[in-house]
Amino acid sequence: MSSTQWDFPLELCCRPMAFVALTGLDVIYNAVHRAIWDAFCANRRADRVPISFKVLPGDHEYPKCRQKRMSYEWYIPKGILKTGWMNKHLNLVPALVVVFYELDWDEPQWKEKQSECATRVEIVRQSLQGRNAKVAVVLIQKKTPLPPGEDLIASERAAALCNACDLSGKSLFVLPHTDHLVGYIIRLENAFYEHTQTYYYTEIRRVKSHKEFLNKTTHQLLFVRHQFKTAFFSELKQDTQNALKNYRTAYNLVHELRAHETNMLEIKTMAGFINYKICRLCFQHNAPLDAIAQFRKHVDLCKKKIGSAELAFEHAAWMSKQFQAFGDLFDEAIKLGLTAIQTQNPGFYYQQAAYYAQERKQLANHLCNHDTSTTYPSPDLLETPAGVLDFFGQRPWRQSHQSIEPPDPEKEKVGILALQLKEREVDHSELIITLLSNAVAQFKRYKCPRMKSHLMVQMGEEYYNAKDYSKALKLLDYVMFDYRSERWWKLLTSILNTALKCAYLMAQVKDYITYSLELLGRSSTQKEEQKSRIEKNLLKVLMNESPDPEPECDSKAVKTAQKLWADRVSLAGSNVFTIEMQDYVPFVECKARFLAPSFHVDVPVQLHVYLKADCPHPFRFSKLCVSFNNQEYNQYCVVEETYQSSDILEASAQGTMCLVPGKTRKYVFKFVARTEDVGKKVEITSVDLVLGSDTGRCVVLNWRGGGGDAASCQEALQATRSFRRRPKLPDNEVDWESVTIQASTMVISRVPKISVRLRHEPPALTNEMYCLVVNVQSQEPTTAKDVKLTAGLKPGQDANLTQTTHVTLNGTEMCDDSHPALLPDIPIGDLQPGEKVEKPLFVRCGQVGTRIFLVHVSYVITTVVEGKEIVCKCHKDETITIETVVPFDVAAKFVSAKFEHMDRVFADIPFLLMVDILSASPWGLTIVTSKMQLAPSMASVDQTESQLDQVILQTGESASECFCLQCPPAPNGQSGVASGHYIISWKRSSAVQSVPVVSTVVTLPHVIVDSIPLYVHADLPSFGRVRESLPVKYCLQNRTKLVQDVEIFVEPNESFMFSGLKQIRLRILPDTEQDLLYNFYPLMAGYQQLPGLNISLPRFPEVTNQLLRRFLPTHIFVKPQGRQADEVIVVAA
Amino acid sequence: MAVCVSVIAKQNYPLYIKTVPMEKQLKFHYTVHTSLDVVEEKISAVGKALVDQRELYLGLLYPTEDYKVYGYVTNTKVKFIIVVDSSNIALRDNEIRSMFRKLHNSYTDIMCNPFYTPGEPIQSTVFDNLVSGMMVQVC
Repeated sequence: MSSTQWDFPLELCCRPMAFVALTGLDVIYNAVHRAIWDAFCANRRADRVPISFKVLPGDHEYPKCRQKRMSYEWYIPKGILKTGWMNKHLNLVPALVVVFYELDWDEPQWKEKQSECATRVEIVRQSLQGRNAKVAVVLIQKKTPLPPGEDLIASERAAALCNACDLSGKSLFVLPHTDHLVGYIIRLENAFYEHTQTYYYTEIRRVKSHKEFLNKTTHQLLFVRHQFKTAFFSELKQDTQNALKNYRTAYNLVHELRAHETNMLEIKTMAGFINYKICRLCFQHNAPLDAIAQFRKHVDLCKKKIGSAELAFEHAAWMSKQFQAFGDLFDEAIKLGLTAIQTQNPGFYYQQAAYYAQERKQLANHLCNHDTSTTYPSPDLLETPAGVLDFFGQRPWRQSHQSIEPPDPEKEKVGILALQLKEREVDHSELIITLLSNAVAQFKRYKCPRMKSHLMVQMGEEYYNAKDYSKALKLLDYVMFDYRSERWWKLLTSILNTALKCAYLMAQVKDYITYSLELLGRSSTQKEEQKSRIEKNLLKVLMNESPDPEPECDSKAVKTAQKLWADRVSLAGSNVFTIEMQDYVPFVECKARFLAPSFHVDVPVQLHVYLKADCPHPFRFSKLCVSFNNQEYNQYCVVEETYQSSDILEASAQGTMCLVPGKTRKYVFKFVARTEDVGKKVEITSVDLVLGSDTGRCVVLNWRGGGGDAASCQEALQATRSFRRRPKLPDNEVDWESVTIQASTMVISRVPKISVRLRHEPPALTNEMYCLVVNVQSQEPTTAKDVKLTAGLKPGQDANLTQTTHVTLNGTEMCDDSHPALLPDIPIGDLQPGEKVEKPLFVRCGQVGTRIFLVHVSYVITTVVEGKEIVCKCHKDETITIETVVPFDVAAKFVSAKFEHMDRVFADIPFLLMVDILSASPWGLTIVTSKMQLAPSMASVDQTESQLDQVILQTGESASECFCLQCPPAPNGQSGVASGHYIISWKRSSAVQSVPVVSTVVTLPHVIVDSIPLYVHADLPSFGRVRESLPVKYCLQNRTKLVQDVEIFVEPNESFMFSGLKQIRLRILPDTEQDLLYNFYPLMAGYQQLPGLNISLPRFPEVTNQLLRRFLPTHIFVKPQGRQADEVIVVAA
Repeated sequence: MAVCVSVIAKQNYPLYIKTVPMEKQLKFHYTVHTSLDVVEEKISAVGKALVDQRELYLGLLYPTEDYKVYGYVTNTKVKFIIVVDSSNIALRDNEIRSMFRKLHNSYTDIMCNPFYTPGEPIQSTVFDNLVSGMMVQVC
C-alpha cells in the first residue's frame, strides 16, 4: 500500500467524455491521415463536443463482454464496484468505432475496394463481440463532392456500400481531403457525438433493465452498483442533471447497506467516491451551497463509522482525504469564477484535512508502536496476484468476501498487523504540512491573518516533530511578531517554548539567548520554576558552557545537540551578540530620561538610566553605556565593572552591577554640553546593556532611543489611564511606572543678563523719520564682549511692508529706498558690568499699517561650568509693534468769488481754490510751509505765498488757505483740466531741530472749465448809506466773435430808487464791453437786496438770466444815516 | 453550555479568557484569536453602512468541526467571543444573545468600577462567577 492509497482514482476525478475509437488511420506514415488525426486532437476547446478520441488498429481487441446473466436468483454479488469498471468505459470500450477508408466515388476498381471496406467493417464488428458499440465508416476522398443529389454515381455507390457493410445511411460519411479539413472534422465530430449519445442511452436502459430481477435482501450491493453505473453513463452522455440525480440515489443506497467491520472500508470508499461526484457536479452546476450541504451531510454520516478499532488511523486518513478532495474541488470552482467568502473558503477544508491528518498520526503512533522485533508478515497478505484489487475498498486478503465475520481470524490479524506496519512508514508530517500550507495560502487570500498565523504555528510545530528544526524556527519566528504585537502572551509563550527547543537542538546561540530573554520577561506566562531553569541555562550560555537540555525533547536529538553545543563552546570568536530590544519583551526593562526637556549651555546636562529585571534570580551585567547622536558625549555615560559611585540607590551586597528582580535601579550621568551644540538636540540613540564577558560569551542588549521594548508602549499608556495610587516607597526607591522616557533634550543658550529698553512716541506718521531709541544696559558680572545690535523690521512680514520701511542710524537726512528694512550687526563694542548704551534709530514708514520691529542684542561672555571655562553666546530679543498713521487729511475745493460752491469754473473768470488741512496726528504738527504748484493750464490771479507758515496744529485742529486762480479756455473737447499740486512741508512739533522736514505732495483735483458768451460784472462800493447816492456800474463783456444783441431790464424794488436806463436793448461788438451806469438811492438800512438786472440774450437762449446773475452781487449793506464822521469816510471812499 | 468565554480589548488583546476544560486552554486561545479575523471583517463591513444602527450581536462567526464560535462587539469595539460545543444543538440563537447581553451588562458594571483601569485584564469575581454560571449550566 502506498501513501496514495487514499487518493481518489484518476478515472473518478476526470470529466467523463464519450469514447470514440478511430481505426484505419496510419498516423505515422501517412501524411493525410496524420493531418486528419491532428485536426481531431488539436484545439479541443470547450466549444467542441466532449469526445475523447483514440486511434486503434482495425483488428484491436476490445474487452470481452461477459455472458449476460438472465437470472439473478442465485447470484450473490462480491462487491460494490469493480476497480476497473470506470476505466473500462472511459478508455477501453468505445461508444463508436469509426472505420476510415480511402475511397473516391469514381474509383475504377470500385468492386474490389467496396468489398475490402466491407471486410474491414466486419473485422471491427467481430472484435466488438456483443458490445452495443456503433460502427461508422468515413471515406477519405481526394475530390470535393458535388452537392447531394447531383452526383448520381455517388448516391448509387453509397447505397451499395452501405448495403455491403451492413450500415445505415447515417453511419456513412465522406471526408474530402481539401482545404477545409477542420470544418469537415467538426461536422464529423458532431455526427459522432450523436451516435455516442444513442449508445450511452441504450447502455443506461440496459443497466436499468436489470433492476426488476433484483431483490432487496441479497442484492443490496447491486442496487448501488447499478445506480452508480447509470449515473456514470449519464455523465458520459453529458447529461449531468440526471447523473447528479442518480448519484444522489446511489449515495442514499450506500448508506442503506448493512455496515459491519468487514465491509466498512468498502462502504466508506464508495460513499466517498459518490460524494465526490455529487459535489463535483454541484459545483459544475454553479450550486456551491448544495455541494457544501452534501459534503456536511456526508461528513456527519461517516464521521462515526470508524470501522475496526485497530485500524482507526485508516478512518482518520479517509476523513482527511474527504476534506482535502472537497477543498480541491472548491478551489477549482473558485478558479473557474466562483466567489468564496471569508467564512466559507477552501482553507477551512484543508485545515480540517490537516486536523484529521494529525489525528491519523496520533492514532498511528498509538496503534502501530510495535516492538522493532516485529517483522513484516510473510507471505505479504497485502499483495494480490493481479497487483490490484477486484473491488474498491476491499481487503486484499479476503477479496469478494461479504459475510459479517472475517473468514479466517488468524489471517485477519496478520493482515491488520501488515497494515499497521505499513502505516508506520508513512511520512505523516509531510502530509500534514502540505495540507496546512494549502490552508495557509487560502486564508491569506481571504483576509484571515490570524488564522494564517495559527496554521503557521501548527506547521512550525509539525516541522519540529519532523525534526526539521530550522524550518520550524523560521516559521515560528515569522509569526511571533504578530502574537507579540497583539499581546496574546499565552500563545506567544507557547510558541517561544517550541522555538527555544528548536534553538537548543540546533545549538543556535543567538536564537537561544533571544528566546530565553523573552521567556524570562514579564509578558511570559511561563511558570516560575521553568523561568528559574531557563535563567540558569542562560547564565550557563553566557559563561560559555552548554545549557541543560530542554524538557520533552527527543533523546536522540538531544545527544546531537549536546555535541553541537560542545563544538560551540570550543569554538572561539563570534561570541558577541547584539539583540535589538524593541522587537522583544525581554526580562530587563530600561528607561532613560534627561531630567529636563532643555538645558542651558552653562548648566550640566543630567541623565538618569533606570533598569529593572523581571527574572526570578538576581543577575549581574558587565557594562551599561549610552550612545548619543553626538558621539562625543558617549564617553561620559558608561558604567563598567570598575564604576564606583554613591549615586546608585541601595548599595546592595551584590554591588552596582547586579540587578535584583522587581527592584528599579537608577544610574545617574552628567556632562557639559558643547557650545557648538547650542540650539541643537541631544538625542539618545541607544542604550546598551552588556551581559557576560568578553572572555566567555557577550550579549549586548540594545535599546533604541531611550529604552522601551515591544510591550512598554502599551504599558505606559495603561499607566497614564490608571488612577491607582503609586505605592509608597522609601525615598531612595523609584516607582517604575512613574518614570517616563525622555530621549532627547535641547541645548539652549545661556540666559542673557542684559536689559534692552526702547523709547519712542507711537504711532509713527507716514514718511516721517520716526525716532526709536534703544537702551542697552549690561547686568553681567563680567565684561560682555562684542555686543552687536540688529534692529529693524522683523523678517517674515508682508513683502509690501518690507519695501515701504527703511531704517537708518542717521537722523539728519531723509532716507530713501536704498536703505534696508533691517540693519544687521551694528557693532556697539564691549560693555562693562553695569554700563549703559543708548542708540537712536530712525525708521521711515512709507505706508500706513502695523509693523513689528525686532531689536536683537547679542554678545559673547566667558563663564565657568563644572570647573570648565566655556565661551557662551547670549542674545536678547525685543519686539515692538508700531502703528503708522497719516499725519493729516487734505481737502481742496473750488468756490466762486462769492465763496459759493462750484462744480465747474468759467474760462477767464477768476475763482477761488480752498485747501483744508485737518490734523490726524496725536502729536502736535508744525507746518513749516506750504506751496502751490500750479499746472500750466492754471494761472494765479494774485500772489500765491503761503498763509500757513509755521502754523502748529494739535490733534483735530485744521488749517485752511485759499488761492485766487483763473483759467484760460480749455482746448476743445476737453472738459477736465488739471489744477496742479499742493506741497506741505511739515514735521513733528516735538522733533529735534536736526530732523529733516517732510514734504507731502497732494495732487489737487481736476476741474471742468466752461466758456460763457457774455460776462457781466458789477462795480459798486462795498456799502451804501441811506438816502445817499450809490453809483453802480455794470460792465458787459462780449466773449464771442459775434455781435450780440442784449436786452436789459432793471427790476425795481422797494429798498432802492434808482436813475439810469430802466429798459434797454443794445448791441455789443465782438470782444468789446459795454458799461451801464446807474445811481442807486437806498431807502432802507440793513442788508438790502439790490434791484435785479435782468439780461437776456436772444441769440443764446441757453445762457439764462439765472446764470448771469451769479456773477452779480445780489445784496449790499446799507448803513443808516450817521454822524459826520461817517460822511468823512464816504467822501474819502 | 459554553466551553470558552472571552473578552477582547479594542486593540485585540485578551482581557479575560475562561475555558472548560483547562487542558484545552491553549487550543481555545487560538480559536478565539483566529475568530477575530471574522470579527474585524464584520466590523469593517458594518462600518460602511449605518454606524449608529449597528447590531452588536455578530452571530455565528464560523463553524468548526467541533465548535461553534459566536461574537459580539460593543460600541467601544470591545469584543465578546463565546465558543460552544457543536454537539450542543439544543442551544438557540436567542440563548446565545441573552448570554452576550448578560456579559455586556456585567462588563459595563466592571467599567463603572472606579478602581478598574480600562484596558487591564479583568479580575472581577462577580464577572468570573457569571461566566462560570454560563459554562456549567449544561455541562
